Amino acid sequence: MASYILRRLLLVIPVLLGVSLLVFSMVRLIPGDPAIFIAGEHATEEDIDAIREEFGLNRSFPVQYWFFLRNLVRGDLGRSTRTDRPVGVEIWERLPNTLKLASVSMLIASVVGLIAGIISATRPYSFLDYISMVGAMIGVSTPVFWLGLMLMLLFSVQLNWLPAAGAKTFSHIILPAITLGAASTAVIARMTRSSMLEVFNQDYIQTARSKGLREGWVIIKHALRNALVPVVTVMGLRFGTLLGGAVLTETVFAWPGIGRLMVGSILARDYPVVQGAVLVVACTFIFVNLAVDLLYSFIDPRIRFE
Amino acid sequence: MESMKRLTKNRTALVGLIIISLFLLAGLLAPIIAPYDPYAPHLPSKLARPSSEHVLGCDELGRDLLSRILYGARISLFIGTISVSLGLLVGAPLGAISGFYGGKIDLIIQRFIDILMAFPGILLAIMVVSVLGVGLWNAMIAIGVVSIPVYTRLVRGSVLAIREQEYVQAARAIGASDARIILRHIVPNALGPIIVQSSLQVASAILWAAGLGFLGLGARPPLPEWGAMLSRGRVFIRVAPHATIFPGLAIMFSVLGFNLLGDGLRDVLDPRLRGRL
Repeated sequence: MASYILRRLLLVIPVLLGVSLLVFSMVRLIPGDPAIFIAGEHATEEDIDAIREEFGLNRSFPVQYWFFLRNLVRGDLGRSTRTDRPVGVEIWERLPNTLKLASVSMLIASVVGLIAGIISATRPYSFLDYISMVGAMIGVSTPVFWLGLMLMLLFSVQLNWLPAAGAKTFSHIILPAITLGAASTAVIARMTRSSMLEVFNQDYIQTARSKGLREGWVIIKHALRNALVPVVTVMGLRFGTLLGGAVLTETVFAWPGIGRLMVGSILARDYPVVQGAVLVVACTFIFVNLAVDLLYSFIDPRIRFE
Repeated sequence: MESMKRLTKNRTALVGLIIISLFLLAGLLAPIIAPYDPYAPHLPSKLARPSSEHVLGCDELGRDLLSRILYGARISLFIGTISVSLGLLVGAPLGAISGFYGGKIDLIIQRFIDILMAFPGILLAIMVVSVLGVGLWNAMIAIGVVSIPVYTRLVRGSVLAIREQEYVQAARAIGASDARIILRHIVPNALGPIIVQSSLQVASAILWAAGLGFLGLGARPPLPEWGAMLSRGRVFIRVAPHATIFPGLAIMFSVLGFNLLGDGLRDVLDPRLRGRL
């Protein structure tokens, strides 16, 4: 197991390097001279040259990338051109909010998705199954930002039950978390249903039933445990999608997270922040996926030996 | 013909197909059936509620929402199909080469795909748009790039499975070239999953395009793109909720159509998976 974890960790390094190279080159590809932009409107030719020197913009591409990597390893992501604060600080202030939102969404999605999936699978082709699967289909088809606006319209504007924007109290997280988690709830419900149905056909379920175990016990102890393997994978993959969806959800609910920071920075052409935020989200995504893979191999030992 | 028959027998696929056809018709016939000019502002009817005159009401410039949504169908279906075709045209050959030749080429292509997949979809699209600049075409390219890894993975998997089949060995034994083996033997057998995936992928593409439009990174005004309409409408959500509700419903139903078709197609084309998902 230890050697497997080590091997997987080593495999992450080239991907991380590739991601940093891709993000770095994309930001460099953006039209316009960054030095002129950073210097501002009233800069002289000397100011611009000084900035080129300071940021290493007069060096060759590989040298610039090397500087970038070196600073990155030291945790230095540069300064925001908008606020002049270190990018690391800007991100660090908001990342916990995004992770909080994504985690609560994931929790809602997992609980509701699993329950709906199990109910559907134990009563296939019943009315309840039909309702939850149609609901799931609509769930994956609804644009996350529109769902957010509709929930806001109903619960904040019409009923006045929950706050529409901000992140001050616990009640602020409810609407954004439901919004962000809706599509994942649907995916988890569908996956749980199909995985359970497949497991129900296995011989060991017949055996468990024929030795007189209660149906509830069969479902929980025998079926669910085996059906969970693909479901856990999907949950992990959804976490990345949640980080992406957070960009839209945070914009709708004015949630002070990294997604809203990113959108604001793109519109303000604050590229150091865009670069930093994208890198942080991609790294989070990579490590979450890695954790899921490792968890997966823990649940299902066969995977390690492939 | 046989597949077509089975397709129309599959209720999920049929419903999806009907929804898509309705949107397609709406887009095609927009100039004939749209009651008003989708671009002409008419300030007296600013934010007008739905009425017999304006069935779905008007937006913040007094433009008829129904007309704009009908024209918007053109944009969304266009973005969906073009961007997915782009992803398919780049991603599928990469996957075929990767799976067929294996070895170093496979390793390089797969690491490249790993890197693309290290970004949540919409994030990658946002990045590409910030490099290329805001606009309809750039949004399409961005969404195309996001779709590449899906096809590369899918086609590579199929090729790996098919490569060792007897009929491919036989073709090789009689001296068929690599290109011929790929095009004549491998591609047709990998077609089913590609068609299924494409339908689901168009659904995602429409969602992503609307997301970009909503963030102000997609189609630019005055184009009646649904996501952009929604983001204008949300400013007035308290006084004119209809300007937010209807464009969103259009997005949802068009996406639902492609998702249903994809799901149904999967049952039809891949009987082994029947009843799954």
